[in-house]
Amino acid sequence: MIRTRGLTKDFTGGKGPTVHAVRGLDLDIAPGELVAVLGPNGAGKTTTIRMLTTLIAPTAGSAEVAGADVARDPATVRRRIGYVGQGNGAGHAQRAVDELVVQGTIYGLDRRDARRRAAELMGQLDLEPLARRKVSDLSGGQRRRLDVALGLVHAPRLLFLDEPSTGLDPHNRANLWEHILRLRERHAMTVVLTTHYLDEADQMAERVVVVDEGRVIADDTAAALKHTLAGDRLVLAAADPADAPALADLAARAPGARGVEVEGAEVRARVADAPTALPAVLAAAGARGLAVARAEGHQPTLDDVFLSLTGRSLREEGAARSADPVEVAA
Amino acid sequence: MTATTFETLPAETLPAREATRSWWGDAWLVMTRELMPTLRDPFSVVFGLIQPVVFLGLFGPLLAGSVGDGLPGGDVWAWFVPGILVMTTLFGTSTTGANLLFEMQTGAHERLLVTPLARSAQLVGRSWKEMVPIVAQSVVVVAVMLPFGFSFSPAGAVLGLVLLAVFGVGIGSLSYALAIAVRKQDWMFWVVQQTLLFPLLILSGMLLPLETGPRWMQVAADLNPLRYVVDAERALFAGDLASSTVAWGAVAAVLTAAAGLLVGVRTLARSAR
Repeated sequence: MIRTRGLTKDFTGGKGPTVHAVRGLDLDIAPGELVAVLGPNGAGKTTTIRMLTTLIAPTAGSAEVAGADVARDPATVRRRIGYVGQGNGAGHAQRAVDELVVQGTIYGLDRRDARRRAAELMGQLDLEPLARRKVSDLSGGQRRRLDVALGLVHAPRLLFLDEPSTGLDPHNRANLWEHILRLRERHAMTVVLTTHYLDEADQMAERVVVVDEGRVIADDTAAALKHTLAGDRLVLAAADPADAPALADLAARAPGARGVEVEGAEVRARVADAPTALPAVLAAAGARGLAVARAEGHQPTLDDVFLSLTGRSLREEGAARSADPVEVAA
Repeated sequence: MTATTFETLPAETLPAREATRSWWGDAWLVMTRELMPTLRDPFSVVFGLIQPVVFLGLFGPLLAGSVGDGLPGGDVWAWFVPGILVMTTLFGTSTTGANLLFEMQTGAHERLLVTPLARSAQLVGRSWKEMVPIVAQSVVVVAVMLPFGFSFSPAGAVLGLVLLAVFGVGIGSLSYALAIAVRKQDWMFWVVQQTLLFPLLILSGMLLPLETGPRWMQVAADLNPLRYVVDAERALFAGDLASSTVAWGAVAAVLTAAAGLLVGVRTLARSAR
């Protein structure tokens, strides 16, 4: 569905240095995949999407999208893909239903069929009562659903969503995703989304492509990324700092333990499975009379993956304004 | 990605195949989309009448009193009314980029760029949209002036509106190009638009005859395409359809449209950054 080879985009401003936004991207996405492109601001996520949707021309390299080359045959790519950008696709002065009818007409429906299609989509996305409202009078969540409806008018086999749920509260995000996943099933759609919500990439995507500084630094399922690149962690604090080395020895015996560190009274270790390792280590400590003041087991997040790949946290960069409580990485 | 894909989804209304629309169909669709808000709120067309009415009501009598007899042809209204129609067109189409600026900021422009709509049709359709209320306003202006002794050639008036439509496409496209060029500092749009508008307007002989001006002004006016359009409108409304004045006006309008579209389409291709 998507195949890029050496896809590159440099921005040469009038002043200032050339920005290498995307550097030699090789990406293959098969039909039916749901892929999240995750990375901090400025990583090249949106630039990549804009090249794949023919909005900007690549500086070098090639990209085949839905069977056509983005540089040589952008018209065919445009006919075949759906795109929901970061902004509001619907004109603010327009009525919701009018924009959907226009969009249907653009893709070749006659007016009668375009009206029928608009009604179908408004039904599927719970927009029916808002059909005759002006777009500027809709709430953020309603407008976002309308944007998604606009991207789906022609039932594209490939849908791009650029930060689809930015600015939505958790309830509206869940609601929007429910709609997108249902429509994806119905249309056997391939979905490519960019997001800086870690939990969104984690829960929704079947495959996560992590990008940083214009390059792909990891590409796998969220579970595999977390397992291979971050792993579960234990954090234990000995009541007496003198016991910390002994406690560290016990932690090192947990299945899959590696990277055991002692700092003052605190012991940190990576383990295969924190929920089973934690009680095992505590029981062993109790048997030896080592007093443990505090014990935590952490399962990894995608932020831990990013941290282990780059040494930086996505959250620290202000890129991940997740609605979830922030779990501080050790 | 072909018709077979859609056949598996009988429950929904979907495009039969990858339909290719005509360029004219695209431009028409863009125009009707842009007209929707105007149709739902026709009051904006009434507001657009304020400027020409003020000029006709307050400037016209002064013109008649001061230079009335010195005007070519001697008839103040036959000279002034066509100029006012060009002015309405100029103001209407040159501000049209402001709509695009707004749609660039919200994302609606970007959405349309990813659709199969022809890019040049997006510019032309948006410019035509400005012409619809202008034609309506022109009809009102002409109708209002009839009791004051304004007479005109109906055939010439129709041709005059066609000429304005061609010219308006050029100015509208340039206005869009300006909007795209200054999209990072949107206040610049009005600075540039106002800075260019008034010299062009005065040096076209739209409000006051250039014949009494100094030589340098006449030379500058000769370089102003708007001047030929204004002269042609006067000739057309007077019924002088086959004159060289009309021919030069048509050349100026077509050149403006061609230059506007060329600049506009090239700028549009870069607008997605």
